[in-house]
Amino acid sequence: MSTLLAGRVIRISERNGRFSERVKALSGEEIDLCFQCGGCSSACPMTSQMDLLPSKVMRLVQLGEEAVLKSRTPWICSTCFNCAARCPRGIDIANVMEALRQMLLRSKFDHLKLETVGREELREIPPIALISSLRKFTS
Amino acid sequence: MRFAYYPGCTLKTTARNYEDSALASARALGMELLELPRWNCCGTVHALAKDDVMHYLAPIRVLVRVEDMNREGILEGNYRLVTLCAMCYNTLKRANGVVKEDPDRMRKLHDIMEREQPYEGKVEVLHLLELLREMGFEKVAERVERPLTGLRVAPYYGCLLLRPRGFGIDNPDSPRVMEDLIRALGGEVVEFPYRARCCGSYHTVERKDIVAEAAYKILSQAREMGAEIVALACPLCSFNLSERQDEVEREFPGFRKIPVVYFTQLMALAFGLGEDVCGLDQNHVDPRPLLRSKSLI
Repeated sequence: MSTLLAGRVIRISERNGRFSERVKALSGEEIDLCFQCGGCSSACPMTSQMDLLPSKVMRLVQLGEEAVLKSRTPWICSTCFNCAARCPRGIDIANVMEALRQMLLRSKFDHLKLETVGREELREIPPIALISSLRKFTS
Repeated sequence: MRFAYYPGCTLKTTARNYEDSALASARALGMELLELPRWNCCGTVHALAKDDVMHYLAPIRVLVRVEDMNREGILEGNYRLVTLCAMCYNTLKRANGVVKEDPDRMRKLHDIMEREQPYEGKVEVLHLLELLREMGFEKVAERVERPLTGLRVAPYYGCLLLRPRGFGIDNPDSPRVMEDLIRALGGEVVEFPYRARCCGSYHTVERKDIVAEAAYKILSQAREMGAEIVALACPLCSFNLSERQDEVEREFPGFRKIPVVYFTQLMALAFGLGEDVCGLDQNHVDPRPLLRSKSLI
């Protein structure tokens, strides 16, 4: 499943450290506490759509591997906090997913392109859905 | 008893049936929910990024309005803010929790909201279900005129009424507040494991497929456990589990539609407040044939 990482050698440099620190600061989470039990991945209801399991995302962030920003996983996360409710180390993984989204959104990237959603469709969708998706997926 | 009440945007548009039935039911129980003057959208989602200040502005402005109501004498020393929408509840409660413990962020917010009264941190954000529990379900039961006898109801919590830990209205692992309410109304509770599983939330805008899959799993499990109707407390869950059943039907042959209502509609029905107040005609999967078959309407 993780073609994103296939055959890749992860080399740890200062740059990796800076990336990890940035994610820690934005998420406010003690990422190094994660010991890879996989509880978040088993609790997540969205894994069938993900290219990396949430626990793998956590490991890559610990290693400072920036390729994690190319993963689909943070954009599939629906911020349901089931991972956080299950984590035995008290990490709120949803906050880490938000940090990864923010790193891209803050470079003027929009994940949601409203113009691809039909007009009829937009009329049907309640404000709560539109506002939350714009908040989560646009810069 | 009078309380400040925050409706939020969707209760004034596609979830009128939620608001109408809630206000009428609360009144029947002796609670007056007073809509906040000049309220604004809460932002729907809590700002999770640690350095975010801007997205606190909307929810904190809402909380200032509650203090305004007390300053103006509309309320006397009652700083409890009642919500109905699960997303508003979560967003307001979390923003409130953060700013109360972060004077630096509060100061920055005051600098931006220079024309507002500063937020004094007095407000407590509540969900109507918490207020009903506090009042006592035996009191709710006393008000019932038309018990929901024989109606098999599956309560669905979704995410934000229960999680993250410490911000929910009940134990996230074994919630019972909606179960207790349904029993008090005379209905039969169908507990099902997916009652706190995500409905797909905001993916409904451009990934209907994700929502359809989630809705299929949740609703077909409720059916398997014997439910005839699902009760919930969030207008986004409601859209995803009701309107998106059209999608589910297309993608999953053999799926049987199931009515989804707000818990307040069941309350208004059991209190005998009349079909108009319940707004059952606004539910996408019509619950009326089922309710008629049970002689409940």
